[in-house]
Amino acid sequence: MQNIMTEKITIEKTKSHKILKSRKIYSIVMYVLMGISVMLTCSFVIFIIAYVFIKGIPNISFELLTTKPSYLLEKIGILPDIFNTIYIVITTLFFALPLGVGAAIYLTEYAENKKLVAMIEYAAETLSGIPSIIYGLVGMLLFCQFFGMKTSLLAGSLTLVIMNLPTIMRTTQESLKTVPQSYREGAFGLGAGKWRVIRTVVLPGCVDGVITGCILSIGRILGESAALLFTAGFAHAFYGFTAMGIQKALSNSGSTLTVALYVYAKEQGEFEIAFAIAAILIILTLFINLLASLVEKYWGKRRSL
Amino acid sequence: MSIITVKNMCLWYGEHQALTDIHIEIPEKSITALIGPSGCGKSTFLKTLNRMNDLVQGIKITGDIQYKGRDIFDASLDVNELRREIGMVFQKPNPFPMSIYDNIAYGPRTHGIRNKAKLDDIVEQSLRSAAIWDEVKDRLKKNALGLSGGQQQRLCIARALAVKPTVLLMDEPTSALDPISTSKIEELSMKLKEEYTIIMVTHNMQQAVRISDQTAFFLLGELIEYGNTETLFSTPIDKRTEDYITGRFG
Amino acid sequence: MKNKKNIFEKTVYSIFLILGLITIGCVLLITIYLVIAGIPAIREIGLFPFLFGKTWESTSENPSYGILPFILTSIYGTAGAILIGVPIGFFTAVYLAKIAKKRVKEVMQTAISLLAGIPSVVYGLVGMLVLVPSIRSIFHVPDGASLFAAMIVLAIMILPSIIKVSITALDAVPKEYEDASLALGATPIETYFRVSVLAARSGIATAIVLGIGRAIGEAMAVMMVSGNVANMPKLFESVRFLTTAVASEMSYSSGLQRQALFSIALVLFLFIMLMNATLNFFLKGKKERK
Repeated sequence: MQNIMTEKITIEKTKSHKILKSRKIYSIVMYVLMGISVMLTCSFVIFIIAYVFIKGIPNISFELLTTKPSYLLEKIGILPDIFNTIYIVITTLFFALPLGVGAAIYLTEYAENKKLVAMIEYAAETLSGIPSIIYGLVGMLLFCQFFGMKTSLLAGSLTLVIMNLPTIMRTTQESLKTVPQSYREGAFGLGAGKWRVIRTVVLPGCVDGVITGCILSIGRILGESAALLFTAGFAHAFYGFTAMGIQKALSNSGSTLTVALYVYAKEQGEFEIAFAIAAILIILTLFINLLASLVEKYWGKRRSL
Repeated sequence: MSIITVKNMCLWYGEHQALTDIHIEIPEKSITALIGPSGCGKSTFLKTLNRMNDLVQGIKITGDIQYKGRDIFDASLDVNELRREIGMVFQKPNPFPMSIYDNIAYGPRTHGIRNKAKLDDIVEQSLRSAAIWDEVKDRLKKNALGLSGGQQQRLCIARALAVKPTVLLMDEPTSALDPISTSKIEELSMKLKEEYTIIMVTHNMQQAVRISDQTAFFLLGELIEYGNTETLFSTPIDKRTEDYITGRFG
Repeated sequence: MKNKKNIFEKTVYSIFLILGLITIGCVLLITIYLVIAGIPAIREIGLFPFLFGKTWESTSENPSYGILPFILTSIYGTAGAILIGVPIGFFTAVYLAKIAKKRVKEVMQTAISLLAGIPSVVYGLVGMLVLVPSIRSIFHVPDGASLFAAMIVLAIMILPSIIKVSITALDAVPKEYEDASLALGATPIETYFRVSVLAARSGIATAIVLGIGRAIGEAMAVMMVSGNVANMPKLFESVRFLTTAVASEMSYSSGLQRQALFSIALVLFLFIMLMNATLNFFLKGKKERK
């Protein structure tokens, strides 16, 4: 009896050892694959940033940042591009904010028809999936040609308004959902009208969503090129800081930093300038990501209190 | 003959001592019920036996726990092999989001069985042992999440049986179920103890009386009293045990 | 007085209703514009020769407008990006979601959001100056600006969304599943890859579809590294995508050529809508299962 038992145990042991080996190999293979993948991902991030900084930062000079390009003096400055970018960001948000926030308020506060809500949300999803080159094309047809704005910063901004609408709508909607229902009920209970409730209770509650939406949109606008190439164009003119100058800038063709990078790299082979702009763009991206996480932390903490 | 022997075992979560000086011997092929108020450490104790709380941060375990005469924390002992031999059924039924067949076959496949006929055999055997074969034999390829709560729990028991364990740890297996499903699980446990050693945490004292052979009463991380179920419930030695089983505190 | 208030509330309501409907309006506007602008050229060229014609010579005396090279390039390029990007993204996501320490996970996630935020022209620029020359010297081809270069750039560009969405899905896997697997004697690694990944499959599928959508739609980065010649796709040859076909000729096109570009955009749009429908299918399936 004792003998049979020991024999059985040894048999099971050798078998399980064999299986154990194949299981160990499986684990090792998976670990190796994960290690390689993580290393690749890390090295992409580090390489791209390091390469752009090494090539770009030495080329950023005070002169580059504060002058406009001149063929006569054979020099390149990106001052117009910086201001074009600022103008486009402000103009786009100026239109997109009311539209996006309004749509979000309609969806969370007013809409009772579930089908309509689903349709609007589906539309927003569709909008965020459309590639920017198509926005560029439609923006060109609609704003530049149909509305006669020609290739101008304003046409570019309006194109970007449509692009960024879903982002602002979604972030606002999400933060509206976290406004407790009891606040609304409390305000209604005091006899306030719907609009008053929205203005005094609901809107202050969604500030974080609006700010997050703004930050995400600014990030997207900074990085956008395909949608702007045919709508805002790539001129580097600078019209000064007067009201007239700004108006002129908006109604004329102008390139943002990103578009300028493309044009300098692809069309003119000015790689030093392109890398300088790339370095600036990455610094801005870093800054925007930092801002976004700060906003999230700040409001996240306040929420939990 | 005892299959699990625990000697002066203590357990800390960080600074907090959750179990103090536990001594217990669990006999083979019987049902042992662990009772006690919430937070008394009975679930923690149960999870120590198959080393499921190894991964908890800051945990420290001292003392001696032997399974079949071997220290379960011995470096030469493969923790996965230990868990294969000491199976576990959880409080909430937790079938994987895959077919009934794949749920049962998951364990055997993990342990290296690839032969289709052999797997088929194991699946049927396990489902039969868990008294659920007749209910699911026509829909083995359907998603297990489509079963009722009670069926899911029996499926989980079948899944645990499929890797041929010797001990089954059950952590309040019926607390999420309706009375009919509960009595099915109880019946099943009574049947399973002919082949397996069952250790079951329960909040339900009637359940402990109905099905268990011996009962261990835990309070504030200590094992207050342990013995034959009938004796413990009829003539408890410790005052605290008496207070608890007569419902003087919860 | 009350009447006045009512009128006011109704006006506010209508304003918000209109704002709500604007998104639907935008989608309709884009669709209608693309259809109106895209149909004439297809009519003139003929649907079959347009979609399946193998040569695109828009500026020659006898112009021919076949976009099969663009369609195939877009499909191959996207498939290549997915083949390279998905495994890397998937394994990184499993590591970060299940194994990495909290601190490592946070740092990596910050880095990955940064990767997502880098403008596509920067990818194009780095690709142009690093990737293209190295492909030329490693594979001994006359020009590194090729389909292969585009695949790699696209793979890196879709990596962040694949990793992010997969991590979200993997984080949401109930701990009970993993406990059950561990209790059966599976190792943590076996548990993550056989149970957690399975439970997160619809989320991971969503991540892949998102990646496909992004890869098909990318224009500028691809334009900078793919060479832009309207060849039938070959791995180490200069190619043109649907997106770059539109972008590269738009500025100087006119007449039928210009209209054909709009038709290309329409085809691209239909591809994207197909992806959206697939995405919705996955998301819906997930909701129903819940």
